[in-house]
Amino acid sequence: MTATAEAPVAAPVAADVTFRIRRFQPEIDAEPHWEEYTVPLYPTDRVLTALEKIKGEIDGTLTFRRSCGHGICGSDAMRINGRNRLACKTLVKDLDIRKPITVEAIKGLPLEKDLVVDMEPFFDAYRAVLPFLIPDGHEPSRERLQSAEDRARFDDGTKCILCACCTTSCPVYWTDGQYFGPAAIVAANRFIFDSRDAGAEQRLEILNEKEGVWRCRTTFNCTDACPRGIEVTKAIQEVKRALIFRKV
Amino acid sequence: MSTTAQPGPVSIPAPRSSQRAGQRSNFELYSWLFMRISGVVLVFLVLGHLLIMNVLDGGVQRINFAFVAGRWSSPFWQVWDLMMLWLAMLHGTNGMRTIINDYAERDQTRFWLKMLLYVAAGFTILLGTLVIFTFDPNIG
Repeated sequence: MTATAEAPVAAPVAADVTFRIRRFQPEIDAEPHWEEYTVPLYPTDRVLTALEKIKGEIDGTLTFRRSCGHGICGSDAMRINGRNRLACKTLVKDLDIRKPITVEAIKGLPLEKDLVVDMEPFFDAYRAVLPFLIPDGHEPSRERLQSAEDRARFDDGTKCILCACCTTSCPVYWTDGQYFGPAAIVAANRFIFDSRDAGAEQRLEILNEKEGVWRCRTTFNCTDACPRGIEVTKAIQEVKRALIFRKV
Repeated sequence: MSTTAQPGPVSIPAPRSSQRAGQRSNFELYSWLFMRISGVVLVFLVLGHLLIMNVLDGGVQRINFAFVAGRWSSPFWQVWDLMMLWLAMLHGTNGMRTIINDYAERDQTRFWLKMLLYVAAGFTILLGTLVIFTFDPNIG
């Protein structure tokens, strides 16, 4: 393309966007309720920006978690228009702003305040699958080497940021708080298929329990919800397969 | 965040207990596997059954007491029907068990729903098996 006069770049236009947020303040409210807020936003703004605007300019009592704001800390998982997403990775232009955008806390974990839930049950399940390297034999005197192929085997699971989007999108987890949930199984998968790890047997035994992988109904909610694009349902199926071919 | 108890009318559900049942069993593994295998077998058994009973040789019009008596005098059809009965009942019961486990919230409700399910399934399986094996073509 020859150099011509640059096409004029249209200045972005801010539009009023309405948010319906499910509020719950334990000091005042007996039950959660919905409240609407309207803020001017650019199409390229994130939902997190909107929440910060609401908190900063309209209602300072709005409570939500956020840390990095760039989709890597996993703090701001919430249910936006009925789907679990990270508020910092959801852009206004990808939502239908003709209707109010609903924002609520993720489901299946005890609600503490507004968009904040108690993450402890989620981390309990995570801890239960031993999410750390369990080595074999003596402490090595040099690095534990691994081939590129062996590393690729469990690559998907290493992307997890523990935001709980998958676990709290799982209908089995909603109704049965004892189920480990997809995130814990992904964490287990990441070590079960690591060639340097020797704890696979132990982890498989844990996930073979009544509340383990067999409760998965392959509804794929977890795969749809994952903001990191992890094939969560596939990871769960791999653990099931490992259990079956080890035992049968 | 403060860890003291919040005053007021708040009821935050207790997090699940961190202790997990220490029972080691492969029951869930086998029931999962059974669902897959029995499902595949049932596709052939049930579709075959429907084809034979309703489509081939004049179809549903020819079914009467004599037809049933004739079929059950052959061990082949006895085994076919018996397999269909057992697999379908166990497959369905296991599916219902799963649904009850998923959706019954109180332990008591869960227990009694499952008891009801097992009794109903056991009764149907026993009755069906009894009929297949003790069917008397000379009755009536």
